[in-house]
Amino acid sequence: MAGAAPVLEMRDISKTFGVVRALRNVSLTVHAGELHALMGENGAGKSTLMKMLSGAYRPDPGGEILIDGQPVTTGDPIKARANGVAVIYQELSLAPNLTVAQNIFLGNEPRRFGVVDVGAMMARARPIIDRLGLTFSPRTRVSQLSLGERQLVEIARALSTDARIIVMDEPTTSLTSRETDRLFEVIAGLKAQGIAIIYISHRMEEVYQLADRVSVLRDGGYVGTLDRDDLDAPRLVSMMVGRDISSFYKKEHQAPGAQRPVALSVRGLSAERLVKDCSLDLHEGEILALSGLIGSGRTELARLIYGADRKTVGTMELGGRPVEIASPGAALEAGIAYLTEDRRELGLFLDMSIADNINMGVMARDARRLGFRDFAVADKRAARAVSDLSIRTSSTRMNVGSLSGGNQQKVLLARLLETKPKVVILDEPTRGVDVGAKSEIYRIIDDLAKDGIAILMISSELPEIIGVADRVLVMRDGEIVGEVSARADRRFTQEEIMELATGASGT
Amino acid sequence: MTDKTSTAPSDGARQARFRVAFAALGMLPALILLAVIFQVINPRFMTETNLLIVLQQSSINIVLAAGMTFVILTGGIDLSVGSILAASAMIAVIVSLMPEIGMLGVPAAILAGLAFGMMNGVLIAYLKLPPFIVTLGSLTAVRGVARLLGNDTTVFNSDLPFAFLGNGTFLGVPWLVIIALLVVVISWFVLRRTVLGTWIYAVGGNAEAARLTGIKVPLVLLFVYGVSGLLAGLGGALSAARLYAANGLQLGQSYELDAIAAVILGGTSFVGGVGSIWGTLIGGLIIAVLSNGLILAGVSDIWQYIIKGLVIIVAVALDRYRLQAGART
Repeated sequence: MAGAAPVLEMRDISKTFGVVRALRNVSLTVHAGELHALMGENGAGKSTLMKMLSGAYRPDPGGEILIDGQPVTTGDPIKARANGVAVIYQELSLAPNLTVAQNIFLGNEPRRFGVVDVGAMMARARPIIDRLGLTFSPRTRVSQLSLGERQLVEIARALSTDARIIVMDEPTTSLTSRETDRLFEVIAGLKAQGIAIIYISHRMEEVYQLADRVSVLRDGGYVGTLDRDDLDAPRLVSMMVGRDISSFYKKEHQAPGAQRPVALSVRGLSAERLVKDCSLDLHEGEILALSGLIGSGRTELARLIYGADRKTVGTMELGGRPVEIASPGAALEAGIAYLTEDRRELGLFLDMSIADNINMGVMARDARRLGFRDFAVADKRAARAVSDLSIRTSSTRMNVGSLSGGNQQKVLLARLLETKPKVVILDEPTRGVDVGAKSEIYRIIDDLAKDGIAILMISSELPEIIGVADRVLVMRDGEIVGEVSARADRRFTQEEIMELATGASGT
Repeated sequence: MTDKTSTAPSDGARQARFRVAFAALGMLPALILLAVIFQVINPRFMTETNLLIVLQQSSINIVLAAGMTFVILTGGIDLSVGSILAASAMIAVIVSLMPEIGMLGVPAAILAGLAFGMMNGVLIAYLKLPPFIVTLGSLTAVRGVARLLGNDTTVFNSDLPFAFLGNGTFLGVPWLVIIALLVVVISWFVLRRTVLGTWIYAVGGNAEAARLTGIKVPLVLLFVYGVSGLLAGLGGALSAARLYAANGLQLGQSYELDAIAAVILGGTSFVGGVGSIWGTLIGGLIIAVLSNGLILAGVSDIWQYIIKGLVIIVAVALDRYRLQAGART
């Protein structure tokens, strides 16, 4: 592969928006049949670079894009598509009420006498669907497909325009692990057919698994490219954040073990949907991870404990006393706080200020007579949280929607911590957060444990669980199927957890 | 590097502050522009007498629109305010006819409005029925109640004890105007200075997040529909005071539409979570200025409808465009 001429060369690409230089002299070379991962923190310039390729932006003079060695016109999305470039964005752009075939040929329908030729469309959709090994019919409505299947329809659409360079932007963010496996199979097939893939991702494991080469951007500049054989996590991370992270996962708190009192005890908790007879003990100062595949009932269990959904049976004790948690309000009152996995849909008030978002859980407690708000206290809380959690913003009066993902997550953490909880449930605390913010969030979690707060952490990233947690409970099909603890001589391994999560060990 | 990071955010903050200030102005420029146009067409527009008339004519709508602002901020809608106004006005006149306790007509109307609003609120907050459906139903049902109250006739009281509210002045300012302004100011205090007000914005912005933050969402909804009903009841008392009479069939017909128009003209988002009571005040004034100005300009009744409708659409379209442009830069 190394000897062949590159299918894509981007040379000296810069982009200036007003006074901001979003990209500085970035070059990127991609070969046919190669999966080239593009990594970098949020705001590093990955998306801007890809928008040059797709024709959404035109590079500053001096930069050029060559496809098959030929310079191409830049800043023209239609020409870019004609040159074989297809971009699959995070937010899928399918029309849910149309069929798979209609979506594949959307805006590009085969016509006869000026009318869409449905027969020809189905006939042409068939080989593309077969090529991807898809199992659904081209007549299926997209609304009936899972998110993972929709992603595959997007790829089918790219193939229908004879794409030879496909850009995928965080394609697995909302996929289940089974769908992810399916996607990876399709990706392998595409590579075998000589299609070049540029793969943007924050997830290290995916990059390890898939990438032939990895290029890293930082602050709009090109940092370097690593070959598959040279990949290792500390090196990649330090390339991305620009400093050496000796211990990415900070772990200073002591695993409490059984001698610390139990903060939260759950017995036989069940719900109508998914959660079956779950019991657990969470000690003060402990970080207990809840692992399992997506759809195994982790979030559902967390929401039951927090009173967000209704349980059918089960009891809970908090600090040794029985409690009845019927609503999130009651949970907060009792000292249980919950960080949602979906911060935009279920966590943030995007139209409100950072200060209001941080104070939302405690403003009633802070209120003065007649329910008037105490803005002095609110501002103080917000300012302290911003400095304690190093939330990067110029003012706490800014809309929370203007912050990056990592800082938004820290705002939610701040809201939760202001309620002074004894038990904290963190659902995917680092999802969609860049590397730098991740390590800061790990530090915050570690500090909480040091303060004796009991932490129940749900995570889909095994390295994160291994790096942060003291103990792991594994869920499968709504049940807690096993426990993995660190022993004196070694930490638990990914394999132990995966065996339990998938049922491979036969339990 | 260091000075880049220190200056860039302060630029951003200044821009953000400018944007907030500009957004706060909202439709005020449109109101001023309209006033100038009407003044050019007919110099009688900007006389003290005429401006007082405009204010007076806008007051009842502004009272209704203030309540509507609470509701729309939560992402809801209250179509029943016109009917509640009619029923409350009936009650106000009927109570005013009782010897000795005639003055109680006003609190009776307000309480009746509150009761109707709470009924809407219970259905929406606790039975989780869609606000549009619930208030569409009460739009019809309460209209029936209003007609029932007077046996489908007009009730009069030529000696209405609280007639001054509709026709009198205090220090030269009509009581109607004073009451409308008081309603706006109190609404502002509730929305911007109390915990409940912040919760209203939170529920409208993201109801599920609000619930997960421990906010009692049903209570907030009950409150906003209660307020909307209460202010419709106050509107009923004011209408009765102005007319010395009430008619269950005709009074308050399609008032809900003018109230909604004022809220939307004021820049409050139909999906909830964004908006202000000052915007509603300006929106209500725009509607009143349009009606009054078009009459002074000698425009026929039919064309007034067409022009008013178009102005509402164009104004909101411009507003959306302006906000979008602001968000992009």
